Amino acid sequence: MADIQQEIRPSRLRRAWDSDLAWSFRHAPVAVVSAFVVLVLVIGAVLAPLIAPHNPFDPATLNLMNGFTPPNQANQFTGDYFILGTDDQGRDVFSTILYGMRISLFVGFAAVLLAMVLGVALGLLAGYLGGWTETIIMRVADVQLTFPAILVAMLIFGIAKGITPPEYRDQMAIWVLILAIGLSDWVQFARVVRGATLVEKNREYVQAARLIGRSPFAIMLRHILPNVLNPVLVIATISLALAIIAEATLSFLGVGAPPTKPSLGTLIRIGQEFMFSGEWWILFFPAATLLALALSINLLGDWLRDALNPRLR
Amino acid sequence: MLAYIIRRVLQSILVLFVVGLVAFAMFRFVGDPVDNMLGQERTQADIERLREQLGLDQPFVVQYWRFLEQAAQGNFGLSYRQGRPVSEILLERLPATLELAFVSGLMALLGGIALGIFTAIRRSGISANIIMTASLIGVSLPTFLIGILLIYVFSVELGWLPSFGRGEVTRIGGWTTGFLTESGLKALILPAITLGLYQMTLIMRLVRTEMLEVLRMDYIRFARARGIREKSINFRHALKNTLVPVITITGLQLGSIIAFAIITETVFQWPGVGLLFINAIQFVDIPVMAAYLMLISVMFVGINLIVDMLYFAIDPRLRVDRTAGGH
Repeated sequence: MADIQQEIRPSRLRRAWDSDLAWSFRHAPVAVVSAFVVLVLVIGAVLAPLIAPHNPFDPATLNLMNGFTPPNQANQFTGDYFILGTDDQGRDVFSTILYGMRISLFVGFAAVLLAMVLGVALGLLAGYLGGWTETIIMRVADVQLTFPAILVAMLIFGIAKGITPPEYRDQMAIWVLILAIGLSDWVQFARVVRGATLVEKNREYVQAARLIGRSPFAIMLRHILPNVLNPVLVIATISLALAIIAEATLSFLGVGAPPTKPSLGTLIRIGQEFMFSGEWWILFFPAATLLALALSINLLGDWLRDALNPRLR
Repeated sequence: MLAYIIRRVLQSILVLFVVGLVAFAMFRFVGDPVDNMLGQERTQADIERLREQLGLDQPFVVQYWRFLEQAAQGNFGLSYRQGRPVSEILLERLPATLELAFVSGLMALLGGIALGIFTAIRRSGISANIIMTASLIGVSLPTFLIGILLIYVFSVELGWLPSFGRGEVTRIGGWTTGFLTESGLKALILPAITLGLYQMTLIMRLVRTEMLEVLRMDYIRFARARGIREKSINFRHALKNTLVPVITITGLQLGSIIAFAIITETVFQWPGVGLLFINAIQFVDIPVMAAYLMLISVMFVGINLIVDMLYFAIDPRLRVDRTAGGH
């Protein structure tokens, strides 16, 4: 018997490979390519200090003579070579993109995490407890939904900037951005989780858990939460693309990451100034990176939504 | 029906009160207003006098009520940065934003409906497929990148259109318009496309989905059986029934056009209220931020209310459902 059972139950890795999700992934070329692009970009961002030819934010490694070197050419004065060229201060564009992507990705992930935790928690509370808790949470959600998320994020950024003393503003900018984008995006999660919770809470397993006297919080976290997680995952992926674009937009508008700690959006803002004088590479490469990142995460999210939707199988 | 309208109006007023509270809290707690208004040389007596003058020694509720009273009369105090009344600055900037929003909204609506019908009727045609794919990319492109791309192609490379500003404007009473001069119209093209493109793709996809749904209905099949001409079926029978959701979505999108104008105005240095708001955030100019917030929420809430009413007016089925359900 034991032998047979072992034959039937393959290893964990094997089961993951054979799962519906993995099968659907292997048969969606768009998803595979998108995942590859995201993976390469994330690895590039994480390993930026190792990969980047030099640290663009360490003034000691900069040479002003290298300013405005076109991509894939040696500088006419110093003979230094830069694969994607340099900006006005002689910073290597390839390095600034790697470091900028770190900030973009960090802000994106952290903001989505904040929105997800907040939204899921409030959605569970609203759906399971009902009554006044539900009314208040969902009313706040409705009011916030009247306004576009980017506007809410700008407002939160502005208020937070007003509260922090001027000398800390540049340091705090990244955290303020995370707070602003995260708080502007929780409503989606809350609404979906509340809807799913309303369905789940009348199921037999929840009634059983209630009968054996588990506390409401244990029921919400241990029993209902695992069953409402699928749509949360889809929203999180799509939110990640939106959060990265929101961060880039805010930074581009000059109400986000400061020039001393530039994200992709800040780099595009800087590059825009040189568009008119012909130094296109300072703008083009950060913009292309942002686009590749946002588009592949979006496509991955699209695939995940279809793959996790049982009606489409 | 009447009960529903009254409830929606009350809800809208509640929303405005909440937004007012946020705006007031910004005034009161973000930075010290007394600190902002008095210069370096001030005595304790000066501070006390100004506090009393501004009513800052009153209870919170009284202060909030006063703020609402003033706001309702359009009085938001002086801009910290420009030292002029905020309402004056806003009124000066508003025409630019409204003209831009109007043109791009119109473009999005007409272009979106036309392309939506086209892609629905020629569902498997090559050009329809190209349009659908392009729209997918268009949705993923951030607004500011579209703007930069257009500037690069039409201003930097081709040199056809200006890359910033409103061109020459004509003053008519308190309103400034760019519609009457050639440079004003030219300056409007790129920002309007930038702002309207996203909304256009949204409307196009919506119209397409609705059209495909309606074209499957029995009454369309019956119309075909009666031998009515294809054109007449598409436009007289099908289109009419797709317009209900289109009108509501477009109405709601009007709000986001005004909000996204902030981005477009910054890219093109368009002198509207959005650019004013961004500058206010950069310089922590609280009165301008609060006033913009109130202005835009009145617009949003008003638009939502009107759209809800329109829904009732257009779709008679809803009226029956709502009253029967008692909601």
